[in-house]
Amino acid sequence: MLEINNLSKIFYKGTYNENKALTELSLKINEGDFITIVGSNGAGKSTLLNSIAGVFSIESGSILLDGQEISNQAEHVRAKSIGRVFQNPLAGTSPEMTIEENLSLALAKSESLSLRWGLSNYKRKIMKKKLSKLDIGLENRLTTKVKLLSGGQRQSLTLLMATLTNPSLLLLDEHTAALDPATVIKIKNLTNELISENNITTLMVTHNMEDAIKMGNRLIMMDKGQIIYDIKETDKKDLTVEKLHKMFEIKHGSKFTDDRMLLTV
Amino acid sequence: MNLIFAITSLEQGLVFGIMALGVYITFRILDFADLTVDGSLPLGAAVSAKLISSGMNPILSLVFALIAGGLAGSITGFLHTRLKIAPLLSGILTMTSLYSINLRIMGRPNIPLISQPNVFSLFEQLGINYLWSTIILLLIIILLVKILLDSFLKTQLGFALRATGDNPQMIRSMGISTNTMKMFGLILSNSLVALSGGLVAQYQGFADVSMGVGTIVAGLASVIIGEVIFGEKSIFIITAGVIAGSILYRFSISLALNLGFAASDLKLLTSLLVIVFLSTPRIKKIMR
Ligand SMILES: Nc1ncnc2c1ncn2[C@@H]1O[C@H](COP(=O)(O)OP(=O)(O)OP(=O)(O)O)[C@@H](O)[C@H]1O
Ligand SMILES: [Mg+2]
Repeated sequence: MLEINNLSKIFYKGTYNENKALTELSLKINEGDFITIVGSNGAGKSTLLNSIAGVFSIESGSILLDGQEISNQAEHVRAKSIGRVFQNPLAGTSPEMTIEENLSLALAKSESLSLRWGLSNYKRKIMKKKLSKLDIGLENRLTTKVKLLSGGQRQSLTLLMATLTNPSLLLLDEHTAALDPATVIKIKNLTNELISENNITTLMVTHNMEDAIKMGNRLIMMDKGQIIYDIKETDKKDLTVEKLHKMFEIKHGSKFTDDRMLLTV
Repeated sequence: MNLIFAITSLEQGLVFGIMALGVYITFRILDFADLTVDGSLPLGAAVSAKLISSGMNPILSLVFALIAGGLAGSITGFLHTRLKIAPLLSGILTMTSLYSINLRIMGRPNIPLISQPNVFSLFEQLGINYLWSTIILLLIIILLVKILLDSFLKTQLGFALRATGDNPQMIRSMGISTNTMKMFGLILSNSLVALSGGLVAQYQGFADVSMGVGTIVAGLASVIIGEVIFGEKSIFIITAGVIAGSILYRFSISLALNLGFAASDLKLLTSLLVIVFLSTPRIKKIMR
């Protein structure tokens, strides 16, 4: 359903600072895949997700989503079929607007914008039903401004908004990295629930090796702008964090270093 | 301050209040410091005055003023979203060009309208007491604009506009083009500003090419005074605050004139007023 062929992304091309973030990367993702992505800092994980989402243009290669070439489409056009959650809990919601107003925008994602009322009792009913699944009491706070919510609450809301209209693809970039440990567990469970419930094809970047092994059905390890391992369901079951580190050292030539690993293990 | 003085301030507050609502859209909703308004206010005045003096119905002339303002907004939008020129500079460029364009439209720096019909004289013919007729008509117009704006901001499109200024990244991930929304907001804002300009020309009985100087500061002052006094609880309250802010602003100007300041000092006083209001939150924080 998503097919990436020979994708290259170079930042500051032709300057002294030229930086090859992705080199000839190819990847085929099947319907319903939940892929976890690991790799050291600067491996190109975020760049891969941003290339798919269309945050910037790519140097070469093709990106096919459901058979359609999307690499020339604007970010907001692709967003119609792609859901995103960012590392920063503040990034995915509009702080000055209320919970129901934010959700209304997410509900309208599949339609074209119009002069119809943004809210209705019917919509509120849907929102309450969806919010009650988060189990954090937001269903009773529809008219609360989002800026008054905690980071975890905001990230839960963002996750709900990103999956609300059943996108073809869900992109999660370290979406639990800025949260406290207790909240991280909640958001991880919510992630698993929402994804399996709607069977959404997902790419999730994480710095937690254990999560990468436990969550999803496929694991990808990236290094220097390329995919160095692509571990499918059956092999993934036998993985351990130690094995994963060893595998990295074999390809990379030195130990796996990651400034955030120290914090997450 | 006598009654006439108070009435004049009230009238000015209302007629410029429409402009302040336009400024609210760009400055607060879109988070876009749009200086186009210094040119689109006199543009509205120029279009309306020119059309009236060539025999058009004054009400119809306001429709054209509104459209002209929208066009001006779309130029700024084009400069910013397509040519990637910074918001401030985009507005300045359009504003500066508008000075020449307004002169072209008018054919001379000033068009008197004293002997021409206007919306206020048409309204008086309905048989309303002279002293209050202008205020009543202005109240009707601005309330209409306010209700339309409030309602619009509660539609899907209105939500998208608000979120664009608040978190552009989020609105893009919701499948909406921030460029389209910015363009739309600028057109809407400058339409209102030009409508206000057309009304000002008819209200004061002339259009002048230099009447737009300081519009943005007056608009900002109104928005900020409204926020400080009315708060920001809901859209309904905020837009009411902007209108009240505009009225209070005109009253303080009148007061300053009464206290013996020269008319030429007013721009300085207005700027000082805006500086004080803009810095109050910071000063409060430091005092704590
Ligand atoms: N917007 C950008 N502009 C310039 N260079 C960038 C940009 N984004 C990423 N890079 C560069 O591209 C390379 C890959 O970065 P990327 O953010 O994709 O890594 P990552 O795998 O997500 O790392 P991390 O684990 O630290 O998030 C890095 O060298 C980075 O400096
Ligand atoms: Mg990253």
